[in-house]
Amino acid sequence: MPDPLLSLSALDAHYGDFQALYGVDMTLMQGEVLAIIGANGAGKTTLMRSISGLSQNAPNQITYINQPIGALRADQVAGLGIALVPEGRQLFPSLSVEENLLIGERMGRKGPWSLQAVFDLFPILEERRAVASTSLSGGQQQMVAIGRALMANPDLILFDEISLGLAPVIIKSIYDALPGIVGSGMSAMIVEQDISKALSVSDRLYCLQEGRVALEGASQGVSREAISAAYFGVGS
Amino acid sequence: MRVTRASNAARIAAVLGLIGLVVLALGPYWAGRADMRLMSEIFLYLALASLWNLMAGYAGLVSVGQQAFVGFGGYMLFALTIFGGLSPVVAIGGAAVLGALIAVPVAVLIFRLRGAYFAIGTWVMAEVFRLTFAQVSSLGGGSGSSLPVNIVRSMANGRAAREALSYWLALGIAVVVIAAVYLFLRSRQGLALTAIRDNELAAGSLGIDIWRTKFVVYIVTAGLTSMVGALIFLQKLRISPDAAFSVNDWTAFVIFIVVIGGIGTLEGPIIGTLIFFALRETLADLGSVYLLILGAVAIVIMLKAPKGVWGLIRARYDLELFPLSYRVHTDKKEG
Repeated sequence: MPDPLLSLSALDAHYGDFQALYGVDMTLMQGEVLAIIGANGAGKTTLMRSISGLSQNAPNQITYINQPIGALRADQVAGLGIALVPEGRQLFPSLSVEENLLIGERMGRKGPWSLQAVFDLFPILEERRAVASTSLSGGQQQMVAIGRALMANPDLILFDEISLGLAPVIIKSIYDALPGIVGSGMSAMIVEQDISKALSVSDRLYCLQEGRVALEGASQGVSREAISAAYFGVGS
Repeated sequence: MRVTRASNAARIAAVLGLIGLVVLALGPYWAGRADMRLMSEIFLYLALASLWNLMAGYAGLVSVGQQAFVGFGGYMLFALTIFGGLSPVVAIGGAAVLGALIAVPVAVLIFRLRGAYFAIGTWVMAEVFRLTFAQVSSLGGGSGSSLPVNIVRSMANGRAAREALSYWLALGIAVVVIAAVYLFLRSRQGLALTAIRDNELAAGSLGIDIWRTKFVVYIVTAGLTSMVGALIFLQKLRISPDAAFSVNDWTAFVIFIVVIGGIGTLEGPIIGTLIFFALRETLADLGSVYLLILGAVAIVIMLKAPKGVWGLIRARYDLELFPLSYRVHTDKKEG
């Protein structure tokens, strides 16, 4: 078995004084798409913050290409090729759409993604490249956030709450774009509330419940009953 | 639909600014001695305010200890000319370099602090500087010293030429500081700084090294503030620890200028400087009542117009004199 791209071992993480993750173990192989599901407060966002370096952990709790990254700062993690599409978009309001995208390019990593490639993926952004990012709709802002992360040409892209607060038609267009992103061999972790959407795009899934892994398995292999049990913590 | 940075107002401002600059540069030929002194002081405060604004308004580093670098720069001018034998003009540049160098260990220490603790830390640092220089007996210790006459004479022949030179130096540094801040904000580093100001979380996760960006801003600001400090004490010709490291003169008034003018804008410090000097020149005879009025003005502005006078003007007329942000012109209504 080859070495995993990313692995978490016994990851504990805190959100302020509150412990949000308890001994989470997780592996992600090169080119794999993982779905992370779980109820509110299950620790999904804390997991994203820990991996991307926005909160610090013990070095060996997170390894990326056989290198401990748990204690690195966010910008150092980004430099290694892990990009985050944060919950709530987090665009830069005083910059234009194009400037927001160009910020993503600062790492200078080589790869297929450029301004033009992002515009090909989301043509509406080319049309609106010069307007302030705050004047876009929520869905278009999510496209900017995704494009901004892709501009860094990451090996692993993390989507936190990819469809939260978006209209169904927008969610569909973002999911339609996903194969074009992960098809090129990029690995991905997708945090999603919509379980059927999450299952349809992922290879494997992890279900978190109150900070612990309650279920893991191949997305096509797990039963709805098993997911309900893991999600709500009911049943046997 | 077109997008540009420059607006008509910005172009007109550039032309008027250039004409104003030429008129000011010719100051020694039309202004009296007292006016030139006052204008020099205005230029130096403008430089200090623009620097504090870059640091606090753009990088979020609220320092109340910039008097550390004003005083340090002043003392370096005295040390480099008296003991190093340098000419005062060269010593001003030397003060800038030394100010930036001494800021490195200071930054490493105080960057461990956040928010209010950072502000207090900078003040403590400034007090450390003051007490340290008060111990240096070769620079006059606690009572200070004057710049020797031969050094003053070496600047230029005759009093008028000397005063003209020091006026031009003050005008020059104000122009250099504003141009440097403007160019910095339009550069890639400036884009990163704007991103950090907008959203520190997203900036970090996109690979912007927040610590290093703020560090660079702090060091550059410290170097230029030391340079201004050297010029201030070249004009005063006398230095003492209490005057050099005065929190009132070099930080409180500067914060007043930036806050009433409009923090986080390039225009704010310019307007704030003009308002501050207008108040001072008309009210200074009132003594401590003048300080009460200054305080009242600051409180009213902070309550009624938290973005300062320039913030009010900008909200009312959509003006921007330094073209930093993008603007969209629609030729037809969008569907």
